[in-house]
Amino acid sequence: MSGAHLLRRLLLAIPSVLGISIVLYGVLALAPGDPLGELVSNPNVPASVQAAMRASLGLNDPIWLRYVHWLFAMLRGDWGFSFVSRIDVDRLILQRLPVTIVVIGASQILAILIALPVGVLAAARPYSVFDQVANTIAFIGFSLPTFFTGLLLILVFSIQLNWLPFVYRADLNSTGLAWWGEEIRQSIMPVAVLGLFQGASLVRFVRASVLDVIKLDYVTTARSKGIGARRVMLRHVVRNALIPVVTLVALQMPVVFGGAIITEQIFRVPGIGSLLITSILSNDTPVVMGVTFVFAALVILFNLIADILYGWLDPRIAFR
Amino acid sequence: MAGLIPASLSAEEGPALAGVDAPAPLAVSRARSVPPALEAWRRFRKHRLAVVSVVVLLLLIGAILVGPALWAVPIDDIDFGAKLQGPTAAHPFGTDDLGQDLLARLLYGGRISLAVGVAAMLVAVFAGLLVGAVSGMASGPVDAALMWLTDLFLSLPQLPLLLLVIYLFRDALSRALGLEGGVFVLIVLVIGGLRWMPVARLVRAQFFSLREKEFVEAARGLGASRLRLVVHHILPNALGPVIVAGTIEVANAIIAESTLSFLGLGFPPDTPTWGRILFDAKDYLDIAPHWALFPGAAIFLAVLSINFIGDGLRDALDARRVV
Repeated sequence: MSGAHLLRRLLLAIPSVLGISIVLYGVLALAPGDPLGELVSNPNVPASVQAAMRASLGLNDPIWLRYVHWLFAMLRGDWGFSFVSRIDVDRLILQRLPVTIVVIGASQILAILIALPVGVLAAARPYSVFDQVANTIAFIGFSLPTFFTGLLLILVFSIQLNWLPFVYRADLNSTGLAWWGEEIRQSIMPVAVLGLFQGASLVRFVRASVLDVIKLDYVTTARSKGIGARRVMLRHVVRNALIPVVTLVALQMPVVFGGAIITEQIFRVPGIGSLLITSILSNDTPVVMGVTFVFAALVILFNLIADILYGWLDPRIAFR
Repeated sequence: MAGLIPASLSAEEGPALAGVDAPAPLAVSRARSVPPALEAWRRFRKHRLAVVSVVVLLLLIGAILVGPALWAVPIDDIDFGAKLQGPTAAHPFGTDDLGQDLLARLLYGGRISLAVGVAAMLVAVFAGLLVGAVSGMASGPVDAALMWLTDLFLSLPQLPLLLLVIYLFRDALSRALGLEGGVFVLIVLVIGGLRWMPVARLVRAQFFSLREKEFVEAARGLGASRLRLVVHHILPNALGPVIVAGTIEVANAIIAESTLSFLGLGFPPDTPTWGRILFDAKDYLDIAPHWALFPGAAIFLAVLSINFIGDGLRDALDARRVV
């Protein structure tokens, strides 16, 4: 893994960010009305003042110029302010972002913890009873939409059993260990909903990847040297089979963010997903644009991390 | 969503495996030659869950198509005397907070949910076929540009973008096409427009391997035009994986539509799609769990059976995947 490879990957991410920003700005610009011009179209403002404001806001400029202005403003961190709460958009998002990252991170770890052993065991004995049961459960797992699993969990664990709270509270008033206990208790269901869904789709990827590696010659060599089945599996097969799984986890990130929006909405987790929904419902365009842009940037960031990890795990890649 | 990656991975290894099959002795393959459709059906039949799923899905579609004629209860008949009731003889699936009959609403909503699923799939498959075919035939800079676009779309955060587009365009389209029609067209176009990439990649990979095959070479030698090569020779042979991907796309589109409705941003409140019924029911989980369970189960059954059918079709149509 060389520095040049790293640099090349970083440079390759720039056109993607630009492309996504063009798509986002294009959608905004094609939209009817003046989504960003709430103040300008206020009927209490006289027409001459409106025209002056439009000119000063640059709304009369050609579209590419407006895009460039917008892009540079975004890059400078000048994301405008929320129409509703009158707070800077970047501050609002930064307040909400950590919760989302924690929930997504925890659910990804849960997904990998489930998918790895199950997928490897299923691939060790393809078409066995275990494999078929695991495959069927995985199908059920990713056919259950997250919004329905969330409601089911609430129904069982909050309403029937009364074990877990179904509203995530950001303002817990306990401290120390008790705070951690409460925090974990209220995070269990959102993390489980996302993690189980992700785990179900990952199981099949892990299984397919292990099956691809297991038939390679070097595995046969290892076996014929008399190395035990378990050791061949863990030291020889799984290590190499995991390389494509890293990419697949990153490619799934857009789906994961979608799932996070839904779970945050169901359990009222105060992350950027629920911020997106509330700002859409209250016509708060700067916040909607900001959050969508952050989601897009996060997806690219994860793709980049996966690329770099991939180059590090598989030295053959860097020489291409 | 989930079927995307293994399928596209295997498409890449396609040429190598297909090359192995080719030199099989002609006499043997002729001796047990069966029509390809029959052969595919034989393979499909081996996937028991897929066959069960076909029955389940057909029952579901039948209920949705014929049901409203048999169960002629109006979907918006408000009866506060019977509100939030569990399943009874008068209301087999219970009622909601306005006393509206849930069975009737589910049957009506199913039509919309499934129609959105199929229509969005058609949009996605059409766009994917177009991009994939152009990219697969053109190669060079056109191919590179189209694949860059495909990768770009793959890394767009879909749900946020879906929400953004619907937020910005809903009012204008509703004014132009009517409330339900506008939302329907918008949702179908946006879901389809954000889901064509897997199909495009599959088609491109298929085209890359097929266009070098001898039978295509022969047709080209006989003077077939490019369009004829694509439409008559390459496309029919590339369709198997596309059908599989398209099937799974229907399930994804149903989930996407239900998600939008569940977030309160899909169809208008008085249109009872399955997701919308869940959205309304989620605040009454403690006193009327049946209200959420029935639409949730409907979405789950539809999606699960379509996914299983897709898996069975993969066994049936994607011959190289059969071990």
